[in-house]
Amino acid sequence: MSVASYPYQIQPHKVRQEFFRLFPISLFVVAFGAAFGLAATQQGLLPLEAMLMSTTVFAGASQFAATDMWGSEVSVLPLIAVVFAINSRHLLMGASLYPMLKDVAPLKRYGLLLFLTDANWAVSAQEYQSGRRNLEVILGGGLVLWLAWLVGTWLGVYFGGVLQNPKSLGLDMVLGCFLLAMALGGKKSARVLVAWGVAALASLAAWKWLPPHTHVVAGALAGGLIGYFWLDQPQAKAVAQEGEQA
Amino acid sequence: MTIETTTAGVLALIAIMALVTLVTRFGGVFAMSFVRISPRIESFINTMASSVLIAIVVPMAFSGDAGAVAALSVTAVTMLALRKPLPAIAAGIAAAGLVRYLF
Repeated sequence: MSVASYPYQIQPHKVRQEFFRLFPISLFVVAFGAAFGLAATQQGLLPLEAMLMSTTVFAGASQFAATDMWGSEVSVLPLIAVVFAINSRHLLMGASLYPMLKDVAPLKRYGLLLFLTDANWAVSAQEYQSGRRNLEVILGGGLVLWLAWLVGTWLGVYFGGVLQNPKSLGLDMVLGCFLLAMALGGKKSARVLVAWGVAALASLAAWKWLPPHTHVVAGALAGGLIGYFWLDQPQAKAVAQEGEQA
Repeated sequence: MTIETTTAGVLALIAIMALVTLVTRFGGVFAMSFVRISPRIESFINTMASSVLIAIVVPMAFSGDAGAVAALSVTAVTMLALRKPLPAIAAGIAAAGLVRYLF
């Protein structure tokens, strides 16, 4: 029996470095967390319940949506559907890291994924496009974002009044601006720009005509299809070689 | 099926949410472990990765207010000009705050 080898070694000092690198953005996550804590208590969740949700779910948009459905009773299937739909982008995000994650031992691999969220994934995916392998940001960056989410939720449930209107300061746009900056910092070939155009149109169409919260997955898959059929030059060569071997 | 929001009920609801979210975090990687990574698949997932970002941001601009549009366009222009994320994000947030203060 062959022994599987997992060449990717997580570097502790790089994990620390990435923790501090995402510290500035995590300050904004504290503000989001506070907004969630406030919303949750207003919907009747107890402070400890809101904290427990932030600790174990750690997915802001879906937590906001869930508290919107809160009452004296909560319908289970709609809750599952909404949480799954909003978080289904994780499926694609995780898949896109697979070329790196396959080189990590399974236990560590799924351990890292506990911390997978938009901001740390965006950094890792963007660096991978430029040829750097960085899974440390998933762990280090994920840890600081998770702590920020907890601190924020705690502030929100106990001192909700502190940040009455984060929107007026533009704080609701932090994640959008961050993700856009990550996208524009990446490689931009004609192929990528066409994929983005298709992704934009597909996501808008899905947002307009498909069930709510499906637009991210629809747009991303549409953009991915462009990549499937239109290869970069070196990749096209590799495909041709594979064809010869087969 | 509904669950009452008693203490036990809330714990169950949170557990359900955590489990569903965990499935999304693990599922993509788990599914990929059955796929052979050919150059074509690699090209698919790389293009898909940056398309995720576009598919989050574009509908955000279209469904948002003037502040959201200002934030995203100022971030885009600053990022393309300076190629540094932090100033671009800061400028975008400031733009949203300013537009919402003025209008």
